[in-house]
Amino acid sequence: MSSAQLTVARGADGGVVVRLAGPWLLRAARPRPEELEAQLEGPRVPRLSFDTAALAGWDSALVAFLARVLRTCEERGIAAERGGLPEGVRRLLALAEAVPERAGARAEAPAPPWLARIGLAASGFGGALAAPLAFLGETTLAFGRLAALRARFPLRDFLLYVQQCSAQALPIVTLIGFLIGLILAFMGAVQLLRFGATIYVADLVTLAMVREMGAVMTAVVMAGRTGAAFAAQLGTMKVTEEIDALRTLGIPPIEFLVLPRVLALVLMMPLLCLYADFWGIVGGVVVAAGMLDLTMTQYLNETFAAATLTDLSLGVGKSVVFGALVGVAACYQGMRTGASASAVGDSATAAVVNGIVLIIVMDGIFAVLSHVLGI
Amino acid sequence: MQPPASPPAEAHIVVRDLTMAFGDFVLMRDLDFTVRRGSVFVIMGGSGCGKSVLLRHMLGLLEPARGEVLYNGRSFTRAGPAERDAMLRGIGILYQHNALWSSMTLAENVALPLQEYTKLSPAEIREVAALKLALVGLRGFEDFTPSQISGGMQKRAALARAMALDPEVLFFDEPSSGLDPVTARRLDDLMLEVRADLGTTLVVVSHDLASILAIADDSILLDIEAHAAIASGSPRDLLAHCEDPRVRLFLTRGAEGRPQGGARPGGSA
Repeated sequence: MSSAQLTVARGADGGVVVRLAGPWLLRAARPRPEELEAQLEGPRVPRLSFDTAALAGWDSALVAFLARVLRTCEERGIAAERGGLPEGVRRLLALAEAVPERAGARAEAPAPPWLARIGLAASGFGGALAAPLAFLGETTLAFGRLAALRARFPLRDFLLYVQQCSAQALPIVTLIGFLIGLILAFMGAVQLLRFGATIYVADLVTLAMVREMGAVMTAVVMAGRTGAAFAAQLGTMKVTEEIDALRTLGIPPIEFLVLPRVLALVLMMPLLCLYADFWGIVGGVVVAAGMLDLTMTQYLNETFAAATLTDLSLGVGKSVVFGALVGVAACYQGMRTGASASAVGDSATAAVVNGIVLIIVMDGIFAVLSHVLGI
Repeated sequence: MQPPASPPAEAHIVVRDLTMAFGDFVLMRDLDFTVRRGSVFVIMGGSGCGKSVLLRHMLGLLEPARGEVLYNGRSFTRAGPAERDAMLRGIGILYQHNALWSSMTLAENVALPLQEYTKLSPAEIREVAALKLALVGLRGFEDFTPSQISGGMQKRAALARAMALDPEVLFFDEPSSGLDPVTARRLDDLMLEVRADLGTTLVVVSHDLASILAIADDSILLDIEAHAAIASGSPRDLLAHCEDPRVRLFLTRGAEGRPQGGARPGGSA
């Protein structure tokens, strides 16, 4: 099959005849409008007409080509005669030109100068901070009302969230806790073996798990697992107007939706943290038994000697705070979801990212505080 | 609920000089209309002209830039949160996307307002919820969740929930969206029946012309380009007498009202 062809002939009066031949179809190769436009440069062309006698077929490809060419002709003051075009093409072109482009429909807002952008970003920062703080404040007030037994609290939903944040999270927390313990023990063993101080692997694993890794890793897992789920649930409820339906019924969504979720995370996180600590220590035992000449008794004695109740409390206390952070970040992102399906995805992503960032930042603050307080 | 007063002329809802704006962008200016008690009032307009936004203003989900909304002569806009909650008790809303709480069964959806605002025992609540569902033709579906039933049934279940507290006013946001013509017609009949039996005032946001002409006593037509209401009155009267080409364009589905000649009507998206 021959391909689409474009030939340009110049008449005696300077008028141009454009001959279109072959199949002008979207799925075949075609000449670009630029080729024709280049030929229209130079001496002024008063008139342009089309000859489509040899045209073997056309679809939107030809119409798009012609629309572009006709626009160019209009800009350059060339009179284009459409008489030579097929009837269908003429009608489609007329349809495309029937409604004028709406002013401002195209996105072309000019970017402000860089100094103005810095200023806008700085002044926007205050506003961006105000919304999450307001949400935090409302949630805190709702907790106050719950404590005073004046909040509307959906007990059955709460128990469901407790199940989601505890029993259903056990497999992944087991895996992560065990592997973290294993990795810590392995890294420690490789170094300590050189000094013949392998018994201190137990100290290393225990302290790291109990003070730090148990709480942080559990919180990260829960941010990815439950935080994303909470944000998506609330985001979908926002999109389908379920949250509006609560609000117009006079039920504060914070009490009805946010409170049980955050509370479930806050209550279950310390339990998960202890559980992760346990599996981390098991991971350490596996390395000690497999790689090092340590007996189980030696290892466990050292473990119990290494960690004090203070260390354990610090880790568990941190996990309570992390649970609150993950829950509030997730619910905040869910509640501020826009009005589309993709906005729900954005909220879930933002919930996980914000949750993890908050965990790490807060862990840093805890590290400094515990150092200053000598814990 | 008492039957409708014989000449239903009493003002139930008054919207006074309402201006709706998002930041600097003014969507609608100086809206002024009255909804009579026991009437079916339709807010008409093309897609995206701010019908639903007006509804959200009337429900306090959005705050007006200027003006106010009054229910029974009391300002809703200027009321404090507690007073607003009390006024919202008299209002039922059928949302565009139904907004049934997806984690609950239909009976629980209808029961939640009853649990919140009545002193009925759980057994009584269950009975009332079953009755409301039966009224909209959903007898036996009490323990289904919203995802287990069809769109038309969801719409009716949402209506049952909106009617749970026997409201004085029912708001409908695009009730026929997503329904086939026959189901939409049945919903219209159901709405008129509710009005006839309970004397409820109905405020309907719609661009479904067949439905509008079938149910409306009164209406306003919003126009996006004018940023204002361009007509008010009974849609049937407007269709018969109004000369404004923009009104004719809407009420005749574009057959009249614009100079002919290949130009397509509409263009407001």
